[in-house]
Amino acid sequence: MGFGEFLQGAGRQVVTGGKAYKAWVAVLVAMIGIGLVGYSRQWNQGLLATNMRDQVTWAFYIGNFTFLVGVAAAAVLLVVPAYVYHWKPIKEVVVLGELLAISALIMCMMFILVDMGRPDRLTHIMPGPGSPNWPQSMLSWDAMVLNIYLILNLVVVVHILYRAYRGRDYAKAFVVPLVLFSIPAAVGIHTVTAFLYAGMAARPYWNAGILAPKFIASAFCSGPAVMIILFQILRKTTAIEIKDEAIWKVAELMAYAMFFNLFLLGAEIFKEYYSHTEHLLYTQYLWQGIGNNRALVPYAWFSLTCSVAAFLIFVVKKTRMNWKTLNLGCVLIFSGVYIEKGMGLVIPGMTPDTLGEIYEYRPSAVEWMVAIGVFGLGALVFTTLVNVAVPIMMGTLRAKGAPVEIPGAGH
Amino acid sequence: MNIPSWRAVLPFAAAALVAVPLAALGGPPPTPAKAPAKAPAPAAAVQDIQAEPPPFSEGIFPCSQCHDKAGDPTPRQLAFHDDLQAELHHGPPSRWCLDCHDNGKRDFLHLINGKQIPFTESYELCGQCHGDKYRDWKVGVHGKRTGMWDGKKTYFLCVNCHNPHNPRFKALKPEPPPIPPQEQGR
Amino acid sequence: MSDRNRLPVIQDETAGCGADSPSRRDFLRTAAAGAVIAAVSGCKPDAVVEELQRRHLTELSPARLQEMLGKLEKKWSAQYGKAVTVGARPPMPGVNFGYGLDLSRCIGCRRCVYACVKENNQSRKNPQIQWIRVLQMDKEHGVALNHATPYYDPEKVPEPGHFYMPVQCQQCRHPPCTKVCPVKATWKDPDGIVVIDYDWCIGCRCCTAACPYGARKFNWAEPNLPAAEMNPVTDYLGNRPRPMGVVEKCTFCLQRSRSGRYPACVEICPVGARKFGNLLDPESEIRQVMERKRVFIFKEELATEPQFYYFYAT
Repeated sequence: MGFGEFLQGAGRQVVTGGKAYKAWVAVLVAMIGIGLVGYSRQWNQGLLATNMRDQVTWAFYIGNFTFLVGVAAAAVLLVVPAYVYHWKPIKEVVVLGELLAISALIMCMMFILVDMGRPDRLTHIMPGPGSPNWPQSMLSWDAMVLNIYLILNLVVVVHILYRAYRGRDYAKAFVVPLVLFSIPAAVGIHTVTAFLYAGMAARPYWNAGILAPKFIASAFCSGPAVMIILFQILRKTTAIEIKDEAIWKVAELMAYAMFFNLFLLGAEIFKEYYSHTEHLLYTQYLWQGIGNNRALVPYAWFSLTCSVAAFLIFVVKKTRMNWKTLNLGCVLIFSGVYIEKGMGLVIPGMTPDTLGEIYEYRPSAVEWMVAIGVFGLGALVFTTLVNVAVPIMMGTLRAKGAPVEIPGAGH
Repeated sequence: MNIPSWRAVLPFAAAALVAVPLAALGGPPPTPAKAPAKAPAPAAAVQDIQAEPPPFSEGIFPCSQCHDKAGDPTPRQLAFHDDLQAELHHGPPSRWCLDCHDNGKRDFLHLINGKQIPFTESYELCGQCHGDKYRDWKVGVHGKRTGMWDGKKTYFLCVNCHNPHNPRFKALKPEPPPIPPQEQGR
Repeated sequence: MSDRNRLPVIQDETAGCGADSPSRRDFLRTAAAGAVIAAVSGCKPDAVVEELQRRHLTELSPARLQEMLGKLEKKWSAQYGKAVTVGARPPMPGVNFGYGLDLSRCIGCRRCVYACVKENNQSRKNPQIQWIRVLQMDKEHGVALNHATPYYDPEKVPEPGHFYMPVQCQQCRHPPCTKVCPVKATWKDPDGIVVIDYDWCIGCRCCTAACPYGARKFNWAEPNLPAAEMNPVTDYLGNRPRPMGVVEKCTFCLQRSRSGRYPACVEICPVGARKFGNLLDPESEIRQVMERKRVFIFKEELATEPQFYYFYAT
């Protein structure tokens, strides 16, 4: 009885589930199908099938990538109290947080892949067959830290689940150092992604020191928002128990992050409008539009409204501890950050372009289709992983002869 | 004429050497002249320089085919060369043909000091008034050169770009603008 | 002329790389022969394997490089129905290229744009790729990008109240584009030219985002290069045909300039606004420009230190 048997057991569990599970998986497979149709069009026609052009060379795909890096990084918010302080209510759900991180990272990498002009040359970025431009290129660093973070999460989750499958507690001496390392790694993926933008002097909108802290702050808003909703769904649809206490704690931490995020946003807007240099143009394009070019304006204000409303909900204890308003707040902050970190970050950075031209970018049908496919894939990965992880954590999925109760767990 | 230095003049002397026989043929030859290849190695750089021949209106050169002797030097409206007189917009209105064209040697121009120069050296004439441009042209800052940046090249004379009778550069029809991003791929 | 400070190296190089030197003609012959072979055997899976086995250009031995260039010559000779040569001209020793553009002369006629497209085998449409972008600006505002447009289309140029500023790769001394490339597919050669290995580029477009001059253009689709208009004298890092999904840009026409010739945009300019030469040669046109006129560099505040200088001769 070894790892192979564990994989077999997990494999069987992936295809095991009720009607709702199968219907949900079917929906996700359909989404992936849409994505494949979109991507095959893009593969044949080239990136001309998107609405990206030389004026706006990064857009919807990279925006989604950036947002999802935040979601992936947010797993650390659960990891720290769970492993370092052995705070039990959170410890139970930390595996779920890590599964979310894994799914988000897969989506991140997919969004990079679909954005590449030559995905067939992916090997060029790998040490060995390729020639990664370390330490100069932030993207080569990003590829490295994202992979490290992915491997880290995979190793920890697989180890915990494998041990549990065999009725044993995880090896603390093995997991704790890895978990401790995943904290800087999580901050790392977000910081390096921020540096990817912040290092570009050609794009004044991005070329700001505030960008990395802002990335971290917004990540700690959007990532946990996804988790709070997911936890509630999971405890309704599966046997897993997630204590209210854990959710309240996450929500409380989110309130701080939201305040910080809004504060940084305000600081940035003040600096741009008060100093009123030529660099104001990009901020202006986002919030006011330039002339008739106002494509982003409604989204910018919608995003701000969402973020402020969510902050108010989270900062008031009464609304934060009310499931209805809490969930509303999660949806609001998720929407707010999704717009802010996606389109709101990438597009104004490139509009106007470096020679002052304004091209109003809007995603093309192919871009929507591909994005739907990537989100479908990410959700499918998460769904199947959770479908395997939950019964193991609940003790219903065990290797033959392994004890249901894990000795020494939860001390 | 005040010659800046022998060094600066040398290339133009070479250019003239090449262009004179061509100009004498009457009408612009289809291709720029090739430099004579007889000089020894040290003079290689000089050989690298050639000039575009001056542009003449069809059948107008040599002038001596009509003007066989000196004419009346009084500035006046001529009864011939209507087209040239009509287009003459160069300097003050008092400017007239024999300010630049030589009355005695009709196939030549002359400088203010009376020195006769061939059409292929008209830049000397231009340089009398446009000294700054002349200086810039000699070092390649003004005007145009084609060929090798570090070797054999062809100089454009002032008159290759500027009509001496009407030197202001003419407006051109621009080539089409780029296709805007929203129309690419449509 | 004889006392011009020329480095002997330059003349040697020139002699060897002249447009009609014997070696070039041999090259043409081999390429023509190759065309026949390629036409007979159309082998695609090999190409895929080769692509995967490919190493970074700097890791290729001279023999391997020649072999690769030979294959490309065969492929394109067959594809375009003419003898295509693919050179790999090295940077010339003792040469650092500089470019000058006289804003007081430029009339915005865009002759340079189309000469460049023709010389450098850019995609003609869908996507239309042009390495030079001519900006029309207001005299009232000076060099101000928020008062600039590349889409002007009057009957005649120049238009009153406007001046024109062509922008192309500035061949920066501190290129932000090469720094961000995750795979070292682009670098600055010792003669100052920033080059791209189009067969190594992964198309991530970090460089297009990093370039402050909009100089880098992406092949959004399979380039559209009509065979009849294809310029067959090419260089691997210069004007050879590019594949879909990679970035390209101005190389100062390295297939010309590294053979001693002026870039195509210099030769076409009807007003002589474009100046080109060796920055290390005090007698060169570009050095004379710097000596006699006050030059400026575009977006100086970014400290990219371009080797492309703008000036006003009057």
